Amino acid sequence: MTDLRAAVAAGVLGAEDGYRGLLRATVEVARAIFHAKASSVLLLDEEADELVFEAVAGEGSDSLLGQRFPSSTGVAGWVLVTRQPLVIDDLTQDTRFSRTAAESTGYVPRGLMAVPLLVDDRVLGVLEVLDRPNVEPFSLAEMDLLGLFGNQAAIALDLLQRARRARAALDGEGELARFAARLENASEERQAAGLELLRALEQLLD
Amino acid sequence: MSVLAHESEEELPAWSLPASAGESIRLPSDWPERVTREWAWGGATGAGVRVCVLDSGVELDHPLVGTVQRSVAVSKSGDEITVADDTAGDLCGHGTACAGIIRSIAPECELTSVRVLGAGYTGSAAVLIAGLEWAIEQGFDIVNMSLSTTKKQYVDRLHELADAAYFKRTVLIASAHNMPVESFPWRFAAVVSVGSHESPDPFVVYANPRPPVEFFARGLNVEIAWVGGATINATGNSFATPHIAGICALILSKHRELTPFQLKSVLHLTATNVGGGA
Repeated sequence: MTDLRAAVAAGVLGAEDGYRGLLRATVEVARAIFHAKASSVLLLDEEADELVFEAVAGEGSDSLLGQRFPSSTGVAGWVLVTRQPLVIDDLTQDTRFSRTAAESTGYVPRGLMAVPLLVDDRVLGVLEVLDRPNVEPFSLAEMDLLGLFGNQAAIALDLLQRARRARAALDGEGELARFAARLENASEERQAAGLELLRALEQLLD
Repeated sequence: MSVLAHESEEELPAWSLPASAGESIRLPSDWPERVTREWAWGGATGAGVRVCVLDSGVELDHPLVGTVQRSVAVSKSGDEITVADDTAGDLCGHGTACAGIIRSIAPECELTSVRVLGAGYTGSAAVLIAGLEWAIEQGFDIVNMSLSTTKKQYVDRLHELADAAYFKRTVLIASAHNMPVESFPWRFAAVVSVGSHESPDPFVVYANPRPPVEFFARGLNVEIAWVGGATINATGNSFATPHIAGICALILSKHRELTPFQLKSVLHLTATNVGGGA
């Protein structure tokens, strides 16, 4: 049991640093791929049913981080709920959007690309790329590239989110950690009975 | 569910057909030898065809959208889902965009907005299903679904609804996904699924020889209606879908008798890569 805990703990070690680093890298790479002015990742907080700006590169990066809004409003909310990627230009025409953007960041993007971050049947959030240069007309190949990159980002984020949850469970506060500690200190007979129970639980959950 | 209950109201042979009954169910067959666009929708305006936009709502009185016959919103409170008349318009801009595209192609069709967005992420798939159930119960000719869900627990119900719509002569037109994920309802054979091509011509339609995406329509740099009476440019399969919905409205306004199966055949026969455009 101790060996098992040590192995799992080693596997998830550094998950928090890796998580922040991955989010930062995702928005930086997205911004670089499309030569855009800014990029952001909004993750879904399921408990609060809100979208949260978790990483921002470029314009608006200081003021947007941590900002939240209801999960099914605006373009990002639409992308989250309907799973459909979107590209919109001339956003300055949308007075409601422009006002909100100006109030929160002072930066009003002209164009916006948004793609859902999907893993299996779950949606983790939305990746946005703002103001790509207007030199070439937008092409469907770029749309596909956005989708592919969004897919890669979602898979990586999902892995790290799982590692974070595993670490939280092992960090002593979680029920799993308390259970493991009790089992470790129990007599051999009780350990065997406990493991038997665990196997039954596993079968039940399968 | 009630939708499935009123599938067949007429007295028709359901499970078997006696030898003597063939003549009693003779169906009109006035299709020409060669189905052309002129035959399919020449001179049509969409008049008399009821189109439902299942989306984020539609802005009332937008110049590119015109009259919206009715607007309802689907909302969720606890476990209860309600469909009620609504005046809040569009919560995003997307529904207005889809409605504007349909109107630009079928200027005289009747538009109804069903808002399935805004109830929060958590209840979104259930709200979408309830909105679709309502639309099928209302007997719309066409339902534009520029959206999809990935939630597997709703797939069976969505599948039942897609089949129920098909047999009730409600055509579901759904956006395909250009991402490597399993999503629905566009993958179902009973719906018309739509992806994008790069031509700026709103009447260029390609039939895809390799489904599940069945048709490609204009979806790149489309000038669309947006909230606040605005007009903006956008790209996505979401905007290709209402092009096909609009063309279907034209066809149905000229040929009211077509079933979804026949309508899909007409779409195929008039596709740009099948000889359409003639």
